[in-house]
Amino acid sequence: MTLKEAINRYVTDGCHLSIGGFTLNRNPMAAVHEIIRQEKRDLHVYAHSNGQGVDELIGGRCVSRLEIAYGGTGKFMSTCIRFRQAVQEQTIAVEDYSNFQMTLRFLAGAMGIPFLPTRSSLGTDIIEKWGFSQEFRHKDPRIPNQKLVVADNPFDGWRETEKVVLVPAINPDVTIIHVQTADVKGNCRMEGLTFADVEQAKASRVLIITCEDLVDEDYLKTEPDRNQIPFIHATAVVKVPFGAYPTACFQYYDYDPVYMKAYARAAKDDTVFDQFLNDMVFAHNTHADLLDHVGRHRLESILADRGCGYAKDLDRK
Amino acid sequence: MEYTLKELMTICAAREINNGDIVFCGTGISMLAAMAAKNINAPESVIFFETGAIDSELAHIPLAVADPRIMYHTSANGGLMDAFCTMQNPYVGQRVVGILGAAQIDIYGNLNSTVIGDYDAPDVRFSGSGGACDVASFVSRSIIFMKMEKRKFKKKLDYLTSPGYLDGPDGRKNAGLPPGGPDKVITDMGVMGFDPDTRQMILLGCFPGITPEQILDHMEFEIRTDRAVEIDVPTQTELTLLREKCDPHGLIL
Repeated sequence: MTLKEAINRYVTDGCHLSIGGFTLNRNPMAAVHEIIRQEKRDLHVYAHSNGQGVDELIGGRCVSRLEIAYGGTGKFMSTCIRFRQAVQEQTIAVEDYSNFQMTLRFLAGAMGIPFLPTRSSLGTDIIEKWGFSQEFRHKDPRIPNQKLVVADNPFDGWRETEKVVLVPAINPDVTIIHVQTADVKGNCRMEGLTFADVEQAKASRVLIITCEDLVDEDYLKTEPDRNQIPFIHATAVVKVPFGAYPTACFQYYDYDPVYMKAYARAAKDDTVFDQFLNDMVFAHNTHADLLDHVGRHRLESILADRGCGYAKDLDRK
Repeated sequence: MEYTLKELMTICAAREINNGDIVFCGTGISMLAAMAAKNINAPESVIFFETGAIDSELAHIPLAVADPRIMYHTSANGGLMDAFCTMQNPYVGQRVVGILGAAQIDIYGNLNSTVIGDYDAPDVRFSGSGGACDVASFVSRSIIFMKMEKRKFKKKLDYLTSPGYLDGPDGRKNAGLPPGGPDKVITDMGVMGFDPDTRQMILLGCFPGITPEQILDHMEFEIRTDRAVEIDVPTQTELTLLREKCDPHGLIL
């Protein structure tokens, strides 16, 4: 299956979508660009600390609702710019959680239970202030009827804990992750940090995997200790070299500071941003075409050095 | 030796870190403070990221907490679940020191990193909590970086993202949070701590050339200043190590 076919078949207008990666690393950007290219609309997006992927989806007018802990890409965009603007102009509805809460929510989804407890956020506005109304929450059975629930510890204060916050499970319709290596059945091997990709992948009804290297069946089974997601969760696997570009993929390539900076500049102005989307997304039929446009020289400048896993001499000023 | 304000703030934060501390850091100056501590005064401290990297070597400075540079030469590369569980772990969690920043702070060290204005119709939207609320909820001690401005030192926050002492000495306990809370607030004019009885912010030190009155002028609320002393300027060794070992290309400094 091509990426175009996978997105066309599984990412439908209005669907609940979760994407992997963290800020400027291992975002499934080829898939994000394909979603924008296919003009998917009204998506309900779940992420923990996403950056580039979520911001481009919002900028591409694909998102109506967002449940998230953090929108930024570190030094390049301390707050994601299209995200900031959409929230300020109230063109998307946002529900704020913390990173741990989002991770626990995916884990609860993966475990098939309705909620998990934590002590994080007690006494804060994350509990008090809601982005989605109760009325709205009642309309869609995929969304829980409450944002968070504070409950007494049923074990009578055991472990010196009087109260807990119950965080509701997430089971997305579709999760898309980008990994270093997958096999044709969908077994996955990530290198470096896994973020919450494992929990997101296992919580989802449909899992689309894009990968740098696609290997034969059984190849990853020679060293199973290095694999994190077994094929039983997978729906579609697509080989997409540089599939996280312009974000980084440990041991393969770094983030591209040229793209990241150009994006942050363009995102500040509606007209310039539309031009940017045209040049970087709509003008290209596939991710490979975008990479051709970016050019070999720039891709070579971000190739990871052996040993450290990133581009040591990359100019990041 | 000449130094910049950013260098002074970084060194002040680094001095708060001890050998054996597990230092949770975010993006930017907090990362640099952790690197400075490791290279200057606390070589046995452990750098730790919410993304799941433990004991990153940081041969090159990262520009985000998911930068591939934090994944090199670690003790373990895990994920978010590992990281947040570490902060609550009954044995090692007590050793975690959080370094945080925010858009607004109040007298009890509560932080806002979500919105300015009305939550439903914000004037300004920020990145949101990320792991900051989790860190502030769990760890026994945190260090906060803030720029001194009236609109940042607020009587009342527009949104309480990360808990400090909430509304006073029993605030955390009443809310159900574990003990802990902010320890120091490092600003561009001086350093604040928190009174152990009232849990309200107090001025501990002014940077050279700054008076307590000038600091109060940059805050919406009043704090005690009678214990304030002048802060030691960075030594040549501190500055050399910071510039040459931590951020040689000036990506953050």
